[in-house]
Amino acid sequence: MNTEVGISLRDAIPFIPELVIICTGLIAMMLDLVVRKKGPVAAFVVFGTLVAGYAMCKLNGFNEPQSAFLNMFILDGYAGFFKLIFFINLILTVCISYRYMIIEKSSYGEYYSLLTFATAGMMVMASATDLITLYLGLELMALSTYILAGLMRNDRRSNEAALKYFFLGAFSSAFLLYGISLTYGMTGTTNLNEISATIQNLNIAGNPILFLGLIFIMTAFAFKIALAPFHMWAPDVYEGAPTSVTAFMSVGPKAAGFAVLGRVLFEAFGSMQVQWTNILIPLALLTMAVGSIVALSQTNIKRMLAYSSVAHASYMLLGVIAGTPAGLVSTINYLLIYTFMNIGAFAIVILLRSEGFQGQDLDDYRGLAKSNPLAAALMLVFMFSLTGIPPTAGFIGKFYVFMELINADKTYLAVIAVAFSAISAFFYLRVVMYMYMKDSDEPRTISCSPSMNVALAVTALMVIVLGIYPEPVLNYVKTVVFG
Amino acid sequence: MDNVIMNNLDYPILSWTVLLPVFGSLLLLFMQNARAVRWTALIFTLLTFAISLPLLTQFDKGTHLMQFVEKHEWIPSWGINYIIGIDGISILFVFLTTILSILCVLVSWNSINTRVREFHIAILAMEAAMVGVFVSLDFFLFYLFWEAMLIPMFLLIGVWGGANKLYASIKFFLYTLVGSVLMLVGIVVLYFAGGKTLDILTLSTLSLPMGLQFWLFLAFFAAFAVKVPMFPVHTWLPDAHTEAPTAGSVILAGVLIKMGAYGFLRFSMPMLPDATRLFIPVLMVLSVVAIIYGALVCFAQKDFKRLIAYSSVSHMGFVTLGLFAMNTQGVEGGILQMINHGIITGAMFLMIGMIYERTHTRVISEYGGFAKIVPWYAGLFCILTFASVGLPGTNGFVGEFLIIFGAFKAKQIIGVLSALGIILGAGYMLRLYQDIFFQDAAPDFEKKGKHPVWDLDMREVLTLAPLLLLVFWIGFYPNTFLSYMHASVEHLISRVNYTAYAGQENLIAKYIMEIF
Repeated sequence: MNTEVGISLRDAIPFIPELVIICTGLIAMMLDLVVRKKGPVAAFVVFGTLVAGYAMCKLNGFNEPQSAFLNMFILDGYAGFFKLIFFINLILTVCISYRYMIIEKSSYGEYYSLLTFATAGMMVMASATDLITLYLGLELMALSTYILAGLMRNDRRSNEAALKYFFLGAFSSAFLLYGISLTYGMTGTTNLNEISATIQNLNIAGNPILFLGLIFIMTAFAFKIALAPFHMWAPDVYEGAPTSVTAFMSVGPKAAGFAVLGRVLFEAFGSMQVQWTNILIPLALLTMAVGSIVALSQTNIKRMLAYSSVAHASYMLLGVIAGTPAGLVSTINYLLIYTFMNIGAFAIVILLRSEGFQGQDLDDYRGLAKSNPLAAALMLVFMFSLTGIPPTAGFIGKFYVFMELINADKTYLAVIAVAFSAISAFFYLRVVMYMYMKDSDEPRTISCSPSMNVALAVTALMVIVLGIYPEPVLNYVKTVVFG
Repeated sequence: MDNVIMNNLDYPILSWTVLLPVFGSLLLLFMQNARAVRWTALIFTLLTFAISLPLLTQFDKGTHLMQFVEKHEWIPSWGINYIIGIDGISILFVFLTTILSILCVLVSWNSINTRVREFHIAILAMEAAMVGVFVSLDFFLFYLFWEAMLIPMFLLIGVWGGANKLYASIKFFLYTLVGSVLMLVGIVVLYFAGGKTLDILTLSTLSLPMGLQFWLFLAFFAAFAVKVPMFPVHTWLPDAHTEAPTAGSVILAGVLIKMGAYGFLRFSMPMLPDATRLFIPVLMVLSVVAIIYGALVCFAQKDFKRLIAYSSVSHMGFVTLGLFAMNTQGVEGGILQMINHGIITGAMFLMIGMIYERTHTRVISEYGGFAKIVPWYAGLFCILTFASVGLPGTNGFVGEFLIIFGAFKAKQIIGVLSALGIILGAGYMLRLYQDIFFQDAAPDFEKKGKHPVWDLDMREVLTLAPLLLLVFWIGFYPNTFLSYMHASVEHLISRVNYTAYAGQENLIAKYIMEIF
């Protein structure tokens, strides 16, 4: 492309999915002014997301990567697959939140717009091949989620969550900017490929200032992924935010964080692999320990799932630590599976929330198997999947990650990881135990809705099908990411 | 595939044996009526048994090759296939599983009254997973069944169990899970060492470096030893067996703990023959400790069911002793004793469940004089007691005799010590029998007492009959069953004894030094 000309309209083509999503958000916002009920708004968001998904598949970025905006943006298989995860996340979140937001008396039309804007931010992150675009996407995502976390205006915990998330998020953004500027100072560019080329040409892989820049950038990502010791915000924010937002946040920003982590580490800092592996290993071990052990003492189910998602982030990180493209594939595969099982689990948490009943305590799950056998059975499936017991998808995800880890000669890490996953089994089992083995006198009412049923059916089906016959997805992830 | 005999029946017999219970449990999801649920479960277990019968008649006893093999592509990205088949080692376990499952449904007919549907779904799911474990010829498939089984078993103990069920179910789950996940790491390491395959038959012909074999053996040992359970990781067993509902105890004692020993036979021994030989002394000592320790602990038990549970520790000690004697008599005795133990202890748990339904107590001292109150029950329990003790004419004698014979051949002192275990076994079993059935009648349970205690009814006798028949069949003519395993056992022993490092014990010692 002729760089003199700069940006042409043709550059917008790979950007169409993002455009569709952003327009969806804007129109949803307008629509909200016209229609009283929020149902059409929610339906429109789902429709817009499907259109964006269709557009992305039509663009065929999976087979032939298309870059745009002076190589600041790319639509390739890697980005495409992450966007698929974001779309699934968005649609499922909308499905599980419609009824819930009404019960919480926070059913604002902006809710759906903000979800789409956050998704647009994640999509830009996944496609970013320049640190500036990356930052742009990250901020769009972050600002939207800050507001989402505080959406229950009259709830003090929700306010606290938003504020906490905002402050810590702002810190992490500062870290990111500092890291970017250090990197720019050393290499003179913010483009990922050019950074990589400069590091090799100038032979500055061992440069301490560049290393410091890398550390700052990774710190910012670790915040978004909620890796210990940067996970402190997660339990409070997850607990305070509306449950549907928690479900959205536990998947979306995490996946986006992994998308940028993978691309920045592999593309820009590939020659510094030894250094970043040495940072990631202690991070992963600490995260594993914190997530699995602290979750043992939680009695609030949202807090427990928050710590569980911290622990899961560490298993995903193992695929990155393996340091091979195949390892990255295993991480992405894990993310897809995690999307289904985690949103499924949160969907059940939402199901228990009804007028005047919070349903967030472990005690509220007493005797659920008797009063609502189907809901209990689904929760059982999700809990065992999160534990990683076959024949659920959670096992396939873990197995793949461990496989690539051992292939990269890091067997000791795999041993530690399985030990922690055995520890974490206890708190998942405890939920099952409360549902099936303890009785309650109080009758339970659950708040079902058609869209919720669809979301539950899809997540449960995927968790089981991917557990028994994972081949299509494994094959797909592999070909998509390797191109 | 030239080293296996493909399934030449018109239908995929092994797949059907695995899948029928799955279909049954799916069907049960849509049923509400408890009676209909019971009948459906019974029909499906009976059908599964019926469909597995041709395995016994069509089996070619003259070869050690895998038979009735079915192979389909499953996860080609990882080089993992759906391969199932059986040989002389696994065939009897499939048979044992399908028969015990029927009895589990029968014995729960009156005793399970809460959440009947879920109970039977769990039983059928267990059956499918257990058969799956024994027929899998791919390590990944095996692991899938091996772990999946934890879910229904956890629920069986935790939902329908006794007073201390929560503790027992969690303990069971975590113990087995910790062992299994370590094996999982071993499986993946083996996957790469064996050239990206988890095909059991291929892996069984490898000659892996000694250092690798050493670590893999330990990883597999973690999973199998917990399941058997071997001393000192046996502590989950008394709790789980005691708290589980009758059907759960029968499955646990009858089939589930056999999987550990089966794992040694199918994986550790043929895949890691050199490490196996290295560890044999340790394993034999652990087995003898289990035999004697388990028996001694039995003397101190006050709970009927717990006593039988601890006796399992002792009996499984015999099984592992036989297997690790690594000669024809020992291994065949070990396998046969697994079947025997499944029959005897399975039947005993059935009978304990039956009497518990009437008396609602398991405390031994509250019993007494039951020979007068329930004479038929006493008579049948007497047969089982003698079989458990190993009286000639019962199946227990054949198994234990072969094992001790094998142990003597391998190491005399071990043989002597294990024989001591038999004497102790006779001690606690006869004392139990005396406490329960003789002496003065317990005041609570006499005809005029508060609980009427009636003798066995037709359903209960029918439940026990097949097992009692097998007690005598194996006791008088064990060759019916032993003949299935000869070829496979010989092949296994030759595999363990003649490999790359055979006869080079110094070399092995050197490898060990290198490891540390």
